[in-house]
Amino acid sequence: MDPSISSTIPLEAYLALAAVLFCTGVWGLINSRNAVRVLMSIELMLNAVNINLMAFSNYLDGQLIRGQVFTIFVITVAAAEAAVGLAILLSLYRNRETVDMERFNLLRW
Amino acid sequence: MTIASTTQLICFVVLSATLVLGSLGVVLLPNIVYSAFLLGGVFLSVAGLYLMLNASFVAAAQVLVYVGAVNVLILFAIMLVNKKETLQAIPGLALRRVLSGAVCAGLFALLIRVAFTTPWPLPGPEPVGEDATIRIGEHLFSDYLLPFELASVLLLIAMIGAIVLARRDVISSDIATGDPVDQGLIEKARTPLLLDRTPR
Repeated sequence: MDPSISSTIPLEAYLALAAVLFCTGVWGLINSRNAVRVLMSIELMLNAVNINLMAFSNYLDGQLIRGQVFTIFVITVAAAEAAVGLAILLSLYRNRETVDMERFNLLRW
Repeated sequence: MTIASTTQLICFVVLSATLVLGSLGVVLLPNIVYSAFLLGGVFLSVAGLYLMLNASFVAAAQVLVYVGAVNVLILFAIMLVNKKETLQAIPGLALRRVLSGAVCAGLFALLIRVAFTTPWPLPGPEPVGEDATIRIGEHLFSDYLLPFELASVLLLIAMIGAIVLARRDVISSDIATGDPVDQGLIEKARTPLLLDRTPR
């Protein structure tokens, strides 16, 4: 592969894109009142981390693509997290009849 | 990926615009069903970015796992809990939004600064390109074998845990005698013949 083609887009562009996605996810995580939207924000943050890993794997570790292996593990853990998180959400909804995050204060005091 | 540089630039701009607008829509739209579908669009554009980064296997895994499984799971959860409820106003919501926006902007500035001031050792080794799938397979069965096996155990644990958490525990009593009814009998019954009381 021609190296001049692969360096058309700089590494920093991918890092900046991942930063935008991560910060959007953090803002949504803090400000969402619907519990499903909180889970969606967590997925956004995990995807931002995956973009970072893949960009580093392509630009700095092109022979031993360890970033891609890490990304596969992150995808696995994210799938498990989504399943367990939505099961907890269903259980909470059956008990409290709401998905409002402000009313899940069972353990606060 | 051996496409011309202009095409690559156009692809990157389109994918990143979809990604940013879609993620803003996921966070900001009031209707959560639209948010869930936009989340699918975000996952697809991330898969497109993976294709641009010479990773066809991970792009396929992203489409299969995220769009095919996680997004569908989220849509099912929305379908199960989608009750119209009017959220009662809480004091200081606007202040909280502004403060968290400031915190996120600060985090963003920090990340951008790190990304643009760190002297990355570029250009790195040449990417393997289409051989990436073979290389991932070698990694998974040699030096990442233990995490690979642990991931399978984790998936099994998550599956059983999700079933246990989401199972409907029925607390019923026999109408005639008032004794608590065996849980196993209720699960074996074909029709929900007993009164269905969720625990409060």
